Amino acid sequence: MMENNNVIEVKELTKMFGDFTAVSAITFEVKQGEIFGFLGANGAGKTTAMKMLIGISKPTAGDARVAGFDVASEAENIKKNIGYMSQKFALYDDLTVKENITFFGGIYGLTRAKIKEKTRELTEELGLKDLTDQMVGSLPLGWKQKIAFSVSLLHEPKIVFLDEPTGGVDPITRRQFWEMIYKSANKGTTIFVTTHYMDEAEYCDRVSIMVNGKIEALDSPKKLKEQYGAETMNDVFLKLARG
Amino acid sequence: MSIVVSNISKSYKTVKALKNISFEVNEGELFGLIGPDGAGKTTLFRVLTTLLIADEGKATVAGYDLLKDYKTIRESVGYMPGRFSLYQDLTVEENLKFFATIFGTTIAENYDLIKDIYVQIEPFKTRRAGKLSGGMKQKLALSCALIHKPKVLFLDEPTTGVDPVSRKEFWEMIKRLQQKGITILVSTPYMDEAALCDRIALIQDGTILQIDTPEAIIKHYPKAIYNVSADNMYQLIESLKAYEHSHSVYPFGEFVHYTDKRTGFDPKQLKKYLEEKKLAGISIEITQPTIEDAFMELAI
Repeated sequence: MMENNNVIEVKELTKMFGDFTAVSAITFEVKQGEIFGFLGANGAGKTTAMKMLIGISKPTAGDARVAGFDVASEAENIKKNIGYMSQKFALYDDLTVKENITFFGGIYGLTRAKIKEKTRELTEELGLKDLTDQMVGSLPLGWKQKIAFSVSLLHEPKIVFLDEPTGGVDPITRRQFWEMIYKSANKGTTIFVTTHYMDEAEYCDRVSIMVNGKIEALDSPKKLKEQYGAETMNDVFLKLARG
Repeated sequence: MSIVVSNISKSYKTVKALKNISFEVNEGELFGLIGPDGAGKTTLFRVLTTLLIADEGKATVAGYDLLKDYKTIRESVGYMPGRFSLYQDLTVEENLKFFATIFGTTIAENYDLIKDIYVQIEPFKTRRAGKLSGGMKQKLALSCALIHKPKVLFLDEPTTGVDPVSRKEFWEMIKRLQQKGITILVSTPYMDEAALCDRIALIQDGTILQIDTPEAIIKHYPKAIYNVSADNMYQLIESLKAYEHSHSVYPFGEFVHYTDKRTGFDPKQLKKYLEEKKLAGISIEITQPTIEDAFMELAI
């Protein structure tokens, strides 16, 4: 069991590829309902760390518990209790919106009745009613990403991992996407998100910045700005990210 | 004029990728095409580099006609596509040599132009391009696009998916190339990069929304923008959206950017409304619009 209300607890988590240390003894916690920004330059080790947290890569050393389960020995349980979406892969382009929902609902073991209910709920909420029979491939990127986010929440996970969910998305849709994030967090879902948009870093409750495999800074955006004497998170990032 | 585009349209089956696009780029100018995925930026680049033929309209690049003089255009422009398009199984040096040879030149002949960029990847010159990191691939691609000393350089989303530090470095490289007299057309989905261009075109759904200097676009923003903050961001956004006088409500970093429908807007009234909605720690201050605000106002 986890103490207090932490849904992610990471202790000295390390990943090595040969003699290269991709993630070097990182330690942090994320609380229930928190929006946690996981930032870092390309190659800083974000993706490797995230892969360990979602149970698809074994740590070389250290511990991590996600949604109450150990990442090394209970990876399958983690997969059932988290949602995941990335910029690169989210939905099947050659399935319709409805088919994607049915497919992912099925994967997560939802009953047929539940899938039906969720499909209705989701399409209503996103204003997609007329588009349910459209191929996902024919929709604008912003729409896809909003649907993908909703799909990642189908099984009502405790935590959802978002890997650069808004890359290339237009500014209005990008904001609608963040409003969806706020809404989920407000309902108690924990959001673990990576982004290259530094204004989005400001939307997070707390932000960590990885540099060369280590977490170099972790605090609320406000405190980080104070600490580094910076006006914006972009300035904080520029000061930190190249050591 | 280095680039003159007149009424260009291009469709793929049922999708209208470009709708009657016109603009001009001056010689030596750094011109930005700013817009999200699917706006038509890549299609426009492919038309202007003679890789696609437009359905309608015409254009000249470096003074040459797209259709009649396509071969001369190909010799006169450098093109760095959004997707990494070098030979993955050739080494860094082999790639550069290959592109130099294709264009009938040598690395030595134009080394001055690429020196600043190439020295950063030179320690890895025997490494295969496919094995390079993202940042190094980008530098190699730029070196290859420059090796024949083009008059006009096309950079299609060179900084997409790149972290803020590498983005900054890349823009410094672009600025140095501009100082060497090269005309540059660059596209980006990052609105904050717009300020680094001489002039920009805001583009969405195949249509140009506005063309001007970044300063003028901000100056012409039609409304007063307020930074609003409170203790609960989600409640704040919901409350502002529900406010009968709200014109636009967009989260912007730690604030919400708010504009009001009325001309005589009194922040005190809004504060009172938000307090009634049980929000605490309310702050409302006037602020400067950004390019992103301008884009969203035009895109609605």
